[in-house]
Amino acid sequence: MLPESIELIIVTPERQFLRESVVEVVMPGAEGELGILPGHAPLMTELGIGELAYRGAGANPSGVLAIIQGFAEVLGDRVTVLAETAERAAEIDLARAEAAKARAEQRLATGDPNIDWDRAFIALQRAVIRIQVARKYRGAPVETR
Amino acid sequence: MPTLLDFRRRIRSVKNTQQITRAMKFVAAARLRRAQEAALAARPYAKELARVLRSIMSRIDQPEHPLLAHRPEERILVIVLTGERGLAGAFNSNILRKANEFFRPNRGKKLSVIPVGKKGRDALKKAGFRFPAEYVNVLAQVNFGTARDIASVVTDLYAKEEADAVYIVFSEFKTVMTPNLVLEKLLPVEAMRADEESASEKDSAQVDYIYEQPKERLLDKLLPRYIETQILRAMLESSAAEHAARMTAMESATKNAGEVIEALTLHMNKVRQAAITKEIIEIVSGASSTA
Repeated sequence: MLPESIELIIVTPERQFLRESVVEVVMPGAEGELGILPGHAPLMTELGIGELAYRGAGANPSGVLAIIQGFAEVLGDRVTVLAETAERAAEIDLARAEAAKARAEQRLATGDPNIDWDRAFIALQRAVIRIQVARKYRGAPVETR
Repeated sequence: MPTLLDFRRRIRSVKNTQQITRAMKFVAAARLRRAQEAALAARPYAKELARVLRSIMSRIDQPEHPLLAHRPEERILVIVLTGERGLAGAFNSNILRKANEFFRPNRGKKLSVIPVGKKGRDALKKAGFRFPAEYVNVLAQVNFGTARDIASVVTDLYAKEEADAVYIVFSEFKTVMTPNLVLEKLLPVEAMRADEESASEKDSAQVDYIYEQPKERLLDKLLPRYIETQILRAMLESSAAEHAARMTAMESATKNAGEVIEALTLHMNKVRQAAITKEIIEIVSGASSTA
């Protein structure tokens, strides 16, 4: 008997971000996007920088979040996401993300060998995903809570 | 003999102090509530992370990682978490005492300290310690970024073998009245055994996971996170404990001020009565002599 829904738990270092009963989760694995349906085989993975989307079970709302690095553990009826940061579209400060993107691009464009290349690149990726999530889902039905 | 006016002045000054201590008590109480909430909110992440880490470590036969390496403890690094400000009773001195208790038997070894909080930094600097890094003005608003900075410095020093063990000294928040001083070993990370798991975790311990990445790589990513959350937890606990200490200190200060006011008022009334009695005697004796 397969479970009909998954309990999605998202925690960040500062708080428990979300706990919801869902029927589908798509998350940004480090090796590529991962779609999880109820009854998925147990799985453990590292997460990259990207969008996490979930479809709520029954009347539960669906949502899209910007997720930045972390880990996910999948058990048959439970998905635990340990994310460094998680933000809903409505929570993202678009202006700040744009500024961060410009700053990171500038830093990468200088070609200066002294800069921390990885860090600048990650900063750019973060900014891009924030902007993407914010743009795409701003104004779309905002999930409650 | 102090006059009535002297008494009034003293009473007024004590009252002013009392108002300040009372205000500080309320501020500390409000901050304590917030700090407690933050400490509570951070718990699920720490719990889940520790669980995932345990489950991975129990599945790797011989976990090998720079942060797991045991070396004879010759160079010891201690993170000392104190408050930024005083007026919190014995909060800061308790932590420093605990740190000194640890330093004493280890005097022969090479000790270095990373102080977090202004009070500890000042005291330890006077004691002649050199700091690889120091963090002040970070505890008013505890955030993950600071914990991560500290963790990266510490893990770096450990991985470069400039420190053989890392400890953290802080005050844990148990209840408002009883601070609990703790000394924890951060590094090397002790091997976690499966028998520490609770019953509900046992079922998931049997599960055969698909690992998208090699287990070693996951471990490599998880361990630094684990150190970060340990430091974050210590900072949150310490911050709550500091506010609790300040609250109790200010409460007893307010009470003491009340007692001083009472004693002064009583004394003042006695002096006033003595003066009146003296005047009456003077008038009466004056009248009887003229009669």
